[in-house]
Order: sequence, then C-alpha cells, then structure tokens
Amino acid sequence: MNGQDPIAAFRVEAGELLVGIEQALLDLTHDLESRDLVDTVFRGLHTLKGSGAMFGFDALANFTHHCETAFDRVRKGKVPATQELVAVILSAMDHMQALVDGDGSGLAAAGDDILARLHNAIGDDNEAMVAAAPGDGDGNGAVPATHGASGWRVTFYLPPDAMANGTNPLALLDEMRGLGDAKVTALTDRIPPLAELDASQCHIGWQVELRGDVTREDIEDVFIFVMDDMELDIVPLACGEEDPAISATEIAAQPVQAEAAAVGEARETSPVETGAASTADTARGRPVGTPTESVRVPAERLDVLMDRVGELVIVQSRLAQLAHGGVRGPAGELALRSVAEDIERLASELRDTMMVLRMVPVASLFGRFRRLVHDLARETGKTIELSTHGETTEVDKTVIERLADPMVHLIRNACDHGLETAEDRIAAGKPAAGQVRLSAQQAAGEVLITIRDDGRGIDRERVRAKAEAQGLIEPGQQMSDSELMQMIFHPGFSTAAQVTNLSGRGVGMDVVKRTIESLRGTIDIASNPGEGSTVTLRIPLTLAIIDGLLVRVGEGRYVIPLGAVEECIELSLEDDLRSRGRSFVTLRDRLVPFIRMRDMFETGTRPDPHQKIVVITTGGERVGLVVDQIIGSHQTVIKAMSALHRDVPAFAGATILGDGSVALILDTLQLVSVGQAQEERLLAAG
Amino acid sequence: MTASILTVDDSSSLRIAIRIALSGAGYAVTEAADGMEGLEKARSAKFDMIIADLNMPRMNGLEMIREIRKLPIQLGTPIIFLTTESDEGMKQDARQSGATGWLVKPFVPEQLLRVAAKVLSR
Repeated sequence: MNGQDPIAAFRVEAGELLVGIEQALLDLTHDLESRDLVDTVFRGLHTLKGSGAMFGFDALANFTHHCETAFDRVRKGKVPATQELVAVILSAMDHMQALVDGDGSGLAAAGDDILARLHNAIGDDNEAMVAAAPGDGDGNGAVPATHGASGWRVTFYLPPDAMANGTNPLALLDEMRGLGDAKVTALTDRIPPLAELDASQCHIGWQVELRGDVTREDIEDVFIFVMDDMELDIVPLACGEEDPAISATEIAAQPVQAEAAAVGEARETSPVETGAASTADTARGRPVGTPTESVRVPAERLDVLMDRVGELVIVQSRLAQLAHGGVRGPAGELALRSVAEDIERLASELRDTMMVLRMVPVASLFGRFRRLVHDLARETGKTIELSTHGETTEVDKTVIERLADPMVHLIRNACDHGLETAEDRIAAGKPAAGQVRLSAQQAAGEVLITIRDDGRGIDRERVRAKAEAQGLIEPGQQMSDSELMQMIFHPGFSTAAQVTNLSGRGVGMDVVKRTIESLRGTIDIASNPGEGSTVTLRIPLTLAIIDGLLVRVGEGRYVIPLGAVEECIELSLEDDLRSRGRSFVTLRDRLVPFIRMRDMFETGTRPDPHQKIVVITTGGERVGLVVDQIIGSHQTVIKAMSALHRDVPAFAGATILGDGSVALILDTLQLVSVGQAQEERLLAAG
Repeated sequence: MTASILTVDDSSSLRIAIRIALSGAGYAVTEAADGMEGLEKARSAKFDMIIADLNMPRMNGLEMIREIRKLPIQLGTPIIFLTTESDEGMKQDARQSGATGWLVKPFVPEQLLRVAAKVLSR
C-alpha cells in the first residue's frame, strides 16, 4: 500500500472503494430510504471519480461521473432511490472494476449499455447527465471580464481573521507587484484606538494602483482564497491619471520628508507589521536576517576572543577603582582617559574578532554546486567541467546563506544558456567540454565572486531586440555596452524567450540582482561573443556594520556608505546659482553630475549657505550628492527597514544615532538611478 | 531552507501523488492518514503549509483544522483543503474553521504547485 507507484496504489484503493460502495448498495436494497447509505454511495463514487481522473483513468472517471450524477439527484431528493436504480449501479460496479483493472479498451459498448439503463432508471431528461464533464466543479465563480485597461485601482480590506487563518497580506501585495507596476498605499482608517486594538487581527486596508497588461481575472486570482469574505473593489484607472514614475518618487520621498513621522508611522502600523512579518518569515520556512543555525568556529579564534574578554575584565576593574576612588587632579584624569582609550580599543578589537567568528570559507558554498553542475550536465547533455578557485576566502555566514540561491541561478544560466553543446563547441574550434569557473577573492572589505563560462557569450543584438520589444528602450537608442547588459536585470526580461525548463523556477535575473543588492553588493556582467560570459558579484564582507559618512539634508540625517565616498567639496553659492538647470560641477577639469538631495527629499527648508557635495562612485560613475552639512564619519550598525518599507528604493536600512534619533542609510546605486529618473523627467517637462 | 508541508489524506494513492508532486518541486513532505494523525503531527512540528482532505475517518478535516488553529506552534500556518467537495456551504464552514484556501480534486500537479507557491509566497 505504501509503495512508490501511485497507479498500483490507486488500483488497490479503487478495489477497496468499490467493495465499500457495493456493500452500501446491497444494504440499500433492504432500506431504500436510508440517507446515510445514499451518502456513502455518493461519496464513494465521488472519490473514485476524482482519483480516477487524477491518475489518468479517464474512461473510469467519465463513467463514474454519470453514476455519481444520478446518485447526487437521489441524494438531493430529486429522484427516489429505487430497486431498479440500485440494480443498475450494482451492475455498473463490475464495469468499473474492469475499467480499474484494464485500460478501458473494448469496454465502451458495455458501458454505454449500462448508462442507457441508468437513464431509464431515473427517468432522466438527459439534461443533468450530459452536463459538466468530470473535474469542472471547482466553482470559483470568477467574473468573466477581460478588460485590458491601462491599469486598475484595487482597494481591499481583508477579513480580520485573515492572518490567523494563514493568509499573508504581504504575499498578496507581492503577488500584485508581480503583475505590473504597483503603487501601494496603506489605508489606516479602520485601525481602532490602541486600547481596543487586537494585534493579531488585520486592520489595515490597501489601495494598489496597478499598471500594465493586467486583466481583472489576474487580480481576482490573487485573492482567490479570501475573495468571499473580503472587501475587494477593482476599478479601471481612468486615462491620464498621474504618471507612475512620479508616484514612485513620491513614495521614495515620503518616508524621508519627516523622519519623526516615519518613526511614528512605524509605531502606528506595528501591529500588522509584526503579525505579518512573523507569518511571512515562518511561512517562507526560513528565518529572515538572523539564521539560527550553528557556525563552526576554529578554536584559536575563540582563544583570541577569550583574551579580549580577559583584557576587558581588567579594564573594567580599573574603571571601577577610579569610580570608587574618585577622579582627582591631573593624574586621575590621565588615568580615566587611559581607561577610556583602552575600552575604545577593546571594543573595536572585540567587534573585529566577533566578525571573524561569523566568517566561514566559501568552500561550503562552492561545494554545493558540484552536484548542481553534474546534474545540469546530465540534463542538458553537455560536457561541463567545473573548477573552483579561492575556496578558502572567508565570508560572513549570513552572506553565504543568501548567496546560495542567486548563485544557483547564475550557474544554471551559464550551463543552460551560456555553454554550447559539444558539437557546436567543436564546430567553433573550442574543446568539447565547456568550462564553468567559480572563483572568490577578498579585496578591500569586499569579496569578489566570479562565475565564468567559456560559452557563446551574450548575444547583444538579441538583448537589444528584446529590450526594444518590451519597450525598455527606444528602437535604435544609443547606449553603452554596460547599459545594454544591465537590461538583462530588468524584471521579466529573462523569463520569456530565454528560459527553458532548467532555468525556470520563477527566479529571474532581476531577483538575482535584488538579492545581491540586498547584501549591499553589486553585480556586473561582461561578455565577449563566442568567448563566454563573466558575472562578477561584489559583496561586502559583513552585513552588520558599515563605515558611513553622516550628513544632514534639511532636518533629516542620512548615512552614506563610506566605501562609496570619494571626496567632499563645497558647493559655493555662485556655483550653485550657475549650475541651476544643469546640475554639473567641474571637478579637476571633469564634469561631475550631482543630485540635489534637498529637492529629491523635498525638505522644504531653506538651504544652508554653504552646501557641500559628497562625491561618490557608484555603478562605475562619479556622482555628487548635495547635502546641507557633513557631520562626520560614523560607524553604523545597520537595522533592516521594516517589511513595509523594505521595497522603498534609495534606502539600505536605518541606524540609531548616539542621541537616539534615527538616520536612514542611503543605497547609493538606487539613489542615483531614482535621481536620474527625476532629472530626466524635469528635463522632459522643460 | 526547504519549506515543509504536511499532507493529510486517507487515500494513500493521493498522498503518494501529492508527495511526488511536492517533493519533486523541492518541498519536504510529511504524510498523515487521517485527522487524528494529522493533528498529532501538527502538534509536534511546525509546518509551512498543511494540505488536508475533508472527509476522513476518525477525525474529519474540519475538526482537525479547528484543533490545529488552537496550536500556538502553527500560528498562521496556511491550511488548504484538497477535497472532492465543491459545495459553497462546505467552503463557508471550512473558512469559518480557519481554512486558508480550497482546492478541488481531482487536481493536476501544476495546480497544487501553484497554490503552494502562492501560499508560501515564494
């Protein structure tokens, strides 16, 4: 019964079902009025039909369907149970057994004969019998409407118990984001006062403006399980409603405009957030951010840690002595200062030691890919050789875990799309075996991981054609090679023509890029036609702490990752006036474009007379960020943005400053692209 | 990292079909033959999703789900009914008992995987 072959298991089970039905039918001949027996027969037939259809016994499913329909009518009291009917069904049992045992060939005539008798037995008008083929009854009454408007405004309130019943509102929102360009607004009008608030219930509603080629059914499909109990309002967007790009920046700007308000807002939404986040985390079956698995630590590293802790204890007792004895005179002050310095040194050493404890060699990551490549080679029929380099390079444990999925995707891509078949390779004058090379190395606080194949390379013309077809770029638009390559990371780009059953899995290159960026890393592709492609991932060694430059824009404070900062220069008033409208500054005879953070964040305060430009390098370009004040360098412990704010571009996280206020950490790459988009719109608007 | 799914169904062929479909897609599948066993399993381990039949011996799906919803360990676990019933009233009962969704047999593996992906929000 417990074997691996479902067909065999089904045959055994169907036999048992048939015996059960037969027994009930026989009992029924003694008690035609018994509802229980009618129900038993009906359920048995129903199960037999369902399982039969599932395991490919179509003839059985069809035949049983008719018997079931007949019995359904008896069950509903439309037709009385008669001896005649029971007799016909009993004779049908043997036919069903034959259908179960064989493949149904040569039995059709016998079946039709029984069905004809069945029709007679229930005096059928034929209408019920021919209705509905088996398996149609999934009864989700989707309203037929294929209105392909430019977009929809979807307003919904989930039933209060939705989250307790396993529905994750964030997943619904994500699913809608997957449909098109979505602007999500939370509706907080139904949140009760704090005293009456039940944190396990869902009080927030959402309004989603969804743009793109989306039908009403697509949207209803998202809510398929909750539709009956929820409030759902789907209306087409009228033409000429606000430009989606502008609303995107509005969202970006909103949490910035008033930091204090953002904190307040976070508190306001916390019931849902915590509830939803916990369901989301557990539903995905993996802890987000803080993996709880164990880490293997070499003993000598623990010894180093122990030494530091030992020193800390000594310094602590010196401090205690000073506190008791009182700090008197210059000697006392000197002693206090020396303790302060020791603590500072120890704190930073402890931090570094701690970081090292979390480091594991990438060998553990690379090791998983041998099997993957082996399987891929078998599936694709290609000969693939995997080589790995720099396996001893160490990376933060969390980073390793989160790199696994994107790397699987990249390796699949390399093996599936990149490498040619052995015949093609020989024809192109290459060795028959394709090479996939993984390497890792450490460079200045970052780990460089490359995935290189020696396949056919990326066909730029195809990328361009596809980008044009998808309207990402204008036909014939001039663009640099690296810009063109970036097209590959556009959402939905890699999913259509490129994906085979191997690369499928619903992860596109856009997801890969997003994952890498969530690690504050970057991804680059270089490719030479005919020679292969190289994907380079740059990932910071650790995620928890960054060195940042603390700046002030208006009344808000922000942290720019120090790694990206090149230099800081002053934006004199005259330069500022002169640059109005073109936003370039000359730096050592080179033009550097800059973004006015005040405009971007719509601070609404008066600019400082001496604004500063922080010149950063991001995505291989130098860009200036105009800020009001540079406060100084600041080592920052990164706090992740809440689930609600996680998708706001331009921010990598938040940090708490010494005075307890919050500073947002800028995501320079995203910030610059948002800024550029804004600039372009301004230019277009003239 | 793999999501774990509990499937509760008294038909062993169906359990096999479900297991083959889900484990092929990389999910970890645990099986139970009726509501009582399903409840026991749900008591002992956290699942990311539960797929349950409605009509089962010993303890039916509705009774089981009501008990599971009382378990702190399964707080917010999506529970999908996979059943031959398609009656609206039954669906209503199921929702009231705490079901997340409803899938009508016979199902095709793709359907099941789509629902799993949806509910697990992958």
